[in-house]
Amino acid sequence: MKHRSLQKKNAGKNLLTVFFGVISILYVFPVFMVLLNSFKKNTFVKTETFSWPTAESFAGLDNFIKGLTFGNYPFLKSALFSLVITLLSTALILLFTSMAAWYIARVDSLFCRIVYFACVFSMVVPFQMVMFTLSKTADTLKLNTPWTIPIIYLGFGAGLAVFMFTGFVKSIPLDIEEAAAIDGCGPLRTYFSVVLPMLRPTMISVAILEIMWVWNDYLLPYLVLDRTQYMTIPIHVQYLKGSYGVVDLGATMALILLSIIPVIVFYLTCQKHIIKGVAAGAVKG
Amino acid sequence: MKRRRNSGSVNSYLLRRPIQHWSPVFLLPMVAAFCIGFVWPFLQGLFLSFTKFKTTSKWSWVGIENYLKAFQDQSFRYSFGYTALYAFISLVLINVLAFMVAYALTQKIKGSNLFRTVFFMPNLIGGIVLGYIWSMIFDGLLSAYSTSILTNTTWGFWGLIILMCWQQIGYMMIIYIAGLQAVPEDMLEAAKIDGANRWQTLIKVTIPNIMPSITICMFLTLTNGFKLFDQNLALTGGLPYIINPDGTTVHTTEMLALNIYNTFYGQNVNSRGVAQAKAVLFFILVATIGLLQLRSTRKKEVQQ
Repeated sequence: MKHRSLQKKNAGKNLLTVFFGVISILYVFPVFMVLLNSFKKNTFVKTETFSWPTAESFAGLDNFIKGLTFGNYPFLKSALFSLVITLLSTALILLFTSMAAWYIARVDSLFCRIVYFACVFSMVVPFQMVMFTLSKTADTLKLNTPWTIPIIYLGFGAGLAVFMFTGFVKSIPLDIEEAAAIDGCGPLRTYFSVVLPMLRPTMISVAILEIMWVWNDYLLPYLVLDRTQYMTIPIHVQYLKGSYGVVDLGATMALILLSIIPVIVFYLTCQKHIIKGVAAGAVKG
Repeated sequence: MKRRRNSGSVNSYLLRRPIQHWSPVFLLPMVAAFCIGFVWPFLQGLFLSFTKFKTTSKWSWVGIENYLKAFQDQSFRYSFGYTALYAFISLVLINVLAFMVAYALTQKIKGSNLFRTVFFMPNLIGGIVLGYIWSMIFDGLLSAYSTSILTNTTWGFWGLIILMCWQQIGYMMIIYIAGLQAVPEDMLEAAKIDGANRWQTLIKVTIPNIMPSITICMFLTLTNGFKLFDQNLALTGGLPYIINPDGTTVHTTEMLALNIYNTFYGQNVNSRGVAQAKAVLFFILVATIGLLQLRSTRKKEVQQ
């Protein structure tokens, strides 16, 4: 009796595995279609989207060669700027918000509370509320280059990071920092050699969330950057479809494929941290 | 008690004062950037919503006229209704499906790690790119009937729902899985011993235990729904549009955020004041949902 019910249970579980296997294939399907169509000639992408490239529709690497150069702005330049902006912004956010969060949690003055409250408040403000004035401010202060836009990201993205870091710092017992102070560490040394190593798990979570946000962000860099000189990958992809009149779908798919590959590599290598970071940052609205 | 007070005063001498001396290093960079990137643009935006302006330096006070115009704007009212409908349907669909997937994947089935990896994957891809991937797929399907997703409001709506389900089910699934794994094992066992069947256990034990996850996911999908921009822009860009008898146009798949964007950066530069007023209304709507979320999650924390 028990044996039979166990068998039934296993059969049910195997059925679920098969079911989710099919769903998984459907899930990967859109990305697979990008791969498939990036090797087809432009006119065939729309009419024969779901069939394998034939001798007639196969384009070889033409789409990639064309995609990397067309639209009077090289794609690799966009990719490079995306990388610079993402890395600089994330580094800046991690360093300065964690320092501020430690200060806020330990000093806990009225001013600190006001800053903390303002940070929490900024988390619920949609970008459209500030987009026009923010882009004008950035223009005035010359924050419209890939090397200076991280300051904007630090400012607009500070809310979530400060919120997460402060929460974590408050859970660290004071004793360790006090011991460091008794041993003669100044605040700077206490922070860098005692607090910072303890913040590591939250650092990773915040880094993941910021990387995912900045890398994929479209509207903020689109409005802030000087677009005659600088583009990022999302802006580039949008330009392909938006402004050139006749769109070369094959080349667009080739570029989309090129922009997805680094993301998927990043995902597969840091998967564990990414999933943990998402679960930790779920408070964001 | 005495010890605590003691350590408190030690703290103020050993840590508090020295750190305060270093405030230009610790606090200033973040606060300065926060003022440039948020506080100043926010206050300026709030102010400009009561003025007529083309650039931020040339403005003239008009009071609440912009708000009245925003409320009278048909395209704005339409996009509000459209966005609310979208947000509601996506809220229900995404949460039901994500919960079902999370529940099934926590039943120790073979390959659940692989499935989790696959379902979360679309979240790494940006909204603009996602929009173009799906517009290729929908247009590929519709090209057989020599039409496109840009020609039909209903297709645009459900296309966006499919896209967003594809993207967000994996995200919500992660939060639900974290909640499901935290359900105390002994409670589930006690229910089993008491003779509860699987359905009863789910309703009476599991769901009450993961209420915090459910609240978070519901609010997340709701705010994400209202704030949606990139995917909307890339998939349909608001098309198709209809022209009203009074000459105004309404883009029938345009959501709130895109409507505000188009009012700001459209051909009519005189409508920027109205656009800023719309943005303030949009902010009030999103912030209300967000603050309700903060309150309800904090309440749950107290209960536990």
